[in-house]
Amino acid sequence: MPQARDAGSGRGVNRRQLLLGGAAAGLGAAAAIGADFALASRDRASSTSAADADAITRSDAVPFHGPHQAGVATVPQAHTAFIGLDLAPSTSRDGLRRMMRILTDDAARLTQGVAALADSEPELAIAPARLTVTFGFGPGLVARAGGTAPGWLAPLPVFSIDQLEDAWSGGDLLIEIASDDPVTVAHTARMLLKDARHFATVRWRQDGFRRARGTERSGTTMRNLFGQVDGTVNPVPGTEDFDSVVWATDGWLAGGTGLVIRRIRMTLDTWDELDRVGREASIGRTLSNGAPLTGANETDEPDFAATGTAGFPVIPDFAHMRRARGDGTERIYRRSYNYDLPPSGDGISESGLIFASYQADVTAQFVPIQRRLDELDLLNQWTIPIGSAVFAIPPGCESGGYIGEGLLK
Amino acid sequence: MNTLTVRRPAVVFALAAAAALALAGCATTTPDQAAGPTTAGQSVTITDAWVKATDEGMSAAFGELANNGDADVTLVSATSTASTSMQLHETVDNGSGSMVMQEKDGGFTIPAGGALTLEPGGNHLMLMGLTAPIVAGDEIEFTLTFSDGSDYTFTAPAKDYSGANETYTGDDMNMGGDD
Repeated sequence: MPQARDAGSGRGVNRRQLLLGGAAAGLGAAAAIGADFALASRDRASSTSAADADAITRSDAVPFHGPHQAGVATVPQAHTAFIGLDLAPSTSRDGLRRMMRILTDDAARLTQGVAALADSEPELAIAPARLTVTFGFGPGLVARAGGTAPGWLAPLPVFSIDQLEDAWSGGDLLIEIASDDPVTVAHTARMLLKDARHFATVRWRQDGFRRARGTERSGTTMRNLFGQVDGTVNPVPGTEDFDSVVWATDGWLAGGTGLVIRRIRMTLDTWDELDRVGREASIGRTLSNGAPLTGANETDEPDFAATGTAGFPVIPDFAHMRRARGDGTERIYRRSYNYDLPPSGDGISESGLIFASYQADVTAQFVPIQRRLDELDLLNQWTIPIGSAVFAIPPGCESGGYIGEGLLK
Repeated sequence: MNTLTVRRPAVVFALAAAAALALAGCATTTPDQAAGPTTAGQSVTITDAWVKATDEGMSAAFGELANNGDADVTLVSATSTASTSMQLHETVDNGSGSMVMQEKDGGFTIPAGGALTLEPGGNHLMLMGLTAPIVAGDEIEFTLTFSDGSDYTFTAPAKDYSGANETYTGDDMNMGGDD
């Protein structure tokens, strides 16, 4: 879990698209429902403070069309579902094209608060709450399409710390569905999986969460379930720096990116045995605000050369932050989520992190970082990678186009 | 006239499915209106059109028809590239608690400036004698013919859909449900 700067500094898309604007074109009961929602929002907004009004998010819509797929540079939503699918043996290149046309149309509508075609539950579609749907192609899909895969689109090298399970690894097609409203995530997943059913089967699904929208200031760096501030040193969306770290520039993937999803189990029971000083030393940051142990504020640059009274480094050699940083040449963009499932046996926790790392070149950027962490990182004592998958995230599309058209047309 | 019954508990939802919240559809063709809408075929547009994917037998197509003209128009027949014939169907109460699908006498009238919703459980275009399986993601071309003899052509994507399982009374033909 390398550190990263806050993905969301309040930048990115946070447009409040008036629901009434969309519903006005409609007819009958759906429009009535839309009006009801919009009026309720207005009543609440007018009777509460501006800060509370900011929490009224259900009608926020993130644009679907554009040069990049939404859901990467988008300020992370509170809820997500990463769904990995296996292609059916009968799904041909032509089938892939048909599938992506349908799924793209579903996503284009649902993200704007409009029911999908043949949506059996259209009332569930009217509150996108910053819904994004992001598609990714695994090595198997690119091969099925007869396309040329980037060299990094393959399973990661084997790491000694890995205890990977098939149930959380691999996959031909990724659909990530993220929204500030979990009902919207559920409906969108149901709709897209119904339309994918003819072409692919669900291999795994990883549901993740962050703090609910509105419970803390927008742009606050997430905390993982160890209580750590997780994601301080991230490129900032909308900057040239972000663009150069994240977006690929070659071939059908130009404008897209590479995504690594690592499911990292966190052994909270043994973490509980560690005192606060040990916890902070393991990462190299304070728990209170995520500041480096040599600094006062979260965004202070760490001083890796600083030593304490006994001559030892203030930020230990084994600290996760030091190991992840290296010489700073390899950089990634993280957009991770917590998970918390029912425990098995005598356990009381089955928790961890869905670590999601975006970079233009997985081999050049992510793998060296992971190699260093594999060699030495005290945090490995309490973390176990149990899932791993790599996807190419194609660029976005314009209205009338579809995701993956550069590969499939 | 053929009579159809709804297999599942019969309810016609007032709420159109996808059609109610109409965005501009991606599968429509726009008639040339350079000379102004004079024929029915030039006045009518469809949004959110789709057709139910099925392996054989029959299927149905849906969408939101709008009449942008100043005069009422009447849709009297339809054809598609996927079927040997097509009927215009409506859903009515047969008086004994069942909703019955039947061919619409005289066709569908769309009032001036008005709309007609084609939806599962309601009015629809019934494809009969499929020439080939309709597979999810296929684009099927439809041509509507109006009482003034004018046409309107559009394409609709095929989607897997578990509903719309109308069956002829006393007949085993079905519309390609999963069962």
